[in-house]
Amino acid sequence: MLFRIVARAALVAAAFLAASAMEPAFAARTAVVVGISSEPPGLDPTVAAPATIRELTLWNVYEGLVRLDEKGDVQPLLARDWTISPDGLTYTFHLRPNVHFHNGVAFDSGVVKFTLDRARGTDSTNAQKQFFEPIDRIETPDPLTAVIVLKKPAGNLLYWLAWGDSVMVEPKSAATDRTDPVGTGPFRFRDWARGDHVDLVANPDYWGAKPELQTVTFRFISDAQAQAAALKAGDIQVFPDFLAPELFGDFQKDKRFGAQVGTTSRKVVAGMNAARKPFDDVRVRQALMQAVDRKAVIEGAYSGFGTPIGSHYAPSDPGYVDLTGVLPYDPAKAKALLAEAGYPNGFTATIKVPQWSETTRSAEILQAMLAQIGVTLNIVSSEFPAQWLQDVFKGGNFEMTIIDHAEPMDIGIYARPDYYFHYRNPAFDDVIGKAEATADAGARNALYGDAQTILAHDVPALYLFDLPRLSIADARLKGLWKNEPIPSINLADLRWED
Amino acid sequence: MILSPVLRRLLVFAATLLAASLAIFIVMDVLPGDPAAIMLGTSARPDTLAAMHHQLGLDRPATVRYLSWLGGMLRGDFGTSITYGVPVSRLFADRLALTLPLALLAVVGSTLVALGLGMAAVARLGRATDHAVAVFSQLGIAVPDFWLGLILILCFATGLHWFSAIGFPGWSGGFFPALKALLLPAVALAVPQAAVLSRVTRAALLEVTHQDFVRTARAKGLRGSTIMLRHVLPNGLVPVLTIVGLQFSFLIAGAVLVENVFALPGLGRLVYQALAQRDLVVIRSVTMLFAAFVMLVNLAVDLAGLLLDPRLRAAR
Repeated sequence: MLFRIVARAALVAAAFLAASAMEPAFAARTAVVVGISSEPPGLDPTVAAPATIRELTLWNVYEGLVRLDEKGDVQPLLARDWTISPDGLTYTFHLRPNVHFHNGVAFDSGVVKFTLDRARGTDSTNAQKQFFEPIDRIETPDPLTAVIVLKKPAGNLLYWLAWGDSVMVEPKSAATDRTDPVGTGPFRFRDWARGDHVDLVANPDYWGAKPELQTVTFRFISDAQAQAAALKAGDIQVFPDFLAPELFGDFQKDKRFGAQVGTTSRKVVAGMNAARKPFDDVRVRQALMQAVDRKAVIEGAYSGFGTPIGSHYAPSDPGYVDLTGVLPYDPAKAKALLAEAGYPNGFTATIKVPQWSETTRSAEILQAMLAQIGVTLNIVSSEFPAQWLQDVFKGGNFEMTIIDHAEPMDIGIYARPDYYFHYRNPAFDDVIGKAEATADAGARNALYGDAQTILAHDVPALYLFDLPRLSIADARLKGLWKNEPIPSINLADLRWED
Repeated sequence: MILSPVLRRLLVFAATLLAASLAIFIVMDVLPGDPAAIMLGTSARPDTLAAMHHQLGLDRPATVRYLSWLGGMLRGDFGTSITYGVPVSRLFADRLALTLPLALLAVVGSTLVALGLGMAAVARLGRATDHAVAVFSQLGIAVPDFWLGLILILCFATGLHWFSAIGFPGWSGGFFPALKALLLPAVALAVPQAAVLSRVTRAALLEVTHQDFVRTARAKGLRGSTIMLRHVLPNGLVPVLTIVGLQFSFLIAGAVLVENVFALPGLGRLVYQALAQRDLVVIRSVTMLFAAFVMLVNLAVDLAGLLLDPRLRAAR
């Protein structure tokens, strides 16, 4: 009797498994499942900072007046073109006609005014509110012309307008965009199963070239092993920003996948507190920098993927200068510099390290390298973001720390008097001030080159490496961007090819 | 006045809940980390932070926040998640639709396996079966559930392609696909639990077999299997049931590592994520609901014990 029940149960189970094994391993050719590491807190990039919000929505659901291309250059989007007055104070945007939001509301200059006034208003919780600080007023001479008048020149205005923080939102839906995003983009929001996935569908009324994909599902998979397993099992077909470099080599060898190594704006830097001894002495900071073999750090912390940096600037950002030769790895020189600064026997310091693998591993390697010049580094973990923001960033309660700075073109943070490095250099502030006021791209990039050079010599932080963008996709899925000039996953170009 | 044992347990239940709410609130309030700063990142300015604090109601005094939270819960309103912007009760219900069946599946599976193994070990005490059960329980206790989950994924998802490696399609997509998605994680959760439970079962049953009434039953000439099922098992079940209750409570909240490996939207991950984001509203309310749930399970186990064992019914 018992045997018969077991046998019957086994038969049912076998039939059940066989039936499910016959499901197609890959989704139909107009659908794709995209894996991302963390779930966004809301879907409105104009009211919160996390990069995942932008990865999901920027240029997919929402669009700004302008956008960036894969090289990081500004291109027209909802503005067809624009003119800048000779004094750099008036930007006149000519808007694209016949553009509608997903809820049917027309896009016009009134929307531009609403969006920018909301971002710079008193109730604004825009994470980059300082972008909109230079704006004096927005004029709307006609529905298809928007004029931004500035109080002072802002050379980066166009670049900032390409960010997720500057996407266009309309008055009726803006308040509920966090849970029910409404934009002008090629994809519409359909559904968000919290903790699991977000579904987007193609926007049939899109003003531009219609995307080839009809449905896109973003799945949230935080565990690196699970990310790899999901790709191999065919549950997801693309992981644009794979976070486990040690597993990446497998995919590079596997013919079923296309694995690309691109660039990001994420810079791994070990900040030092210049308000505390001995880090107030530039010689000490230089000595520490010269004790670091960047290549070895990249090898140990990120399986050799990544680009060494000599300053706080991503190689993909406009105006990048390679300054890794300014303070190269030279332990003997480092020891001499340290002795000159009054620490012939080194010193002991504490480094507060977020829980990410790249920062933890980098800190361990730094510990070994600094030990060679007599500096003892104690590693203390600091939960990111909650504890780190409160303790290190806001409280300034640290000697050394190490994080990745994700924002592109953020070298200006060293000119902020209250920023956590406590680095002050009037000459640097001056260069940054000039760069931010220069509208001409060539001249501005030259100034940013000067700023990078100052930091490469002053080393308020140990500049280690630029994180790569490791992307993995089904070999038949084409059009995925290799580089990530700004946090985003551009879905409009994705298509299946056999 | 002598309270009935049932009423007394209910009163203790209510008082414990109130104490738990206060403890949870205080712990969450002193925890370092500002949800507004986390939302706005490293470029946040004092004015945007202030606007966010006001929006989230964090600019009100702690007592006001505690009382409004407590009042809300009494009305069935558990607040709105800071990060998700949707009611906590909805998040909780959604996650429970996965976590509860998963925990049930794991507990039922582990209990059946453990009872079978326990009985088999006692029936063949000191012989090969007994040793095999001991080896299984040693192994099961030593193997972490999330690691077992990874191995199961490697075998059955990326290897044989019988199962999805990750995710949960939800019950709306049909009963069997949802059940299938829960099968591997349930096995991963059940094996270590079954290992512990089979030991407990073996010990509990062994103790009963030394009792006089078992000897009497044997003397009456009853068959070994009848003695086991009719006399030993019912009398040895109370300690086993207590452990099952504890395991069930653990599985509701503590499945987070397995949920991570299978990328399942369960309750454990909700709390873990909320903790990382300092979504105080979610952590507080869900912890409270957890506490209430665990206490309810304990209450149920207590009451079941009263039913099973008449001696406990006498008010002490």
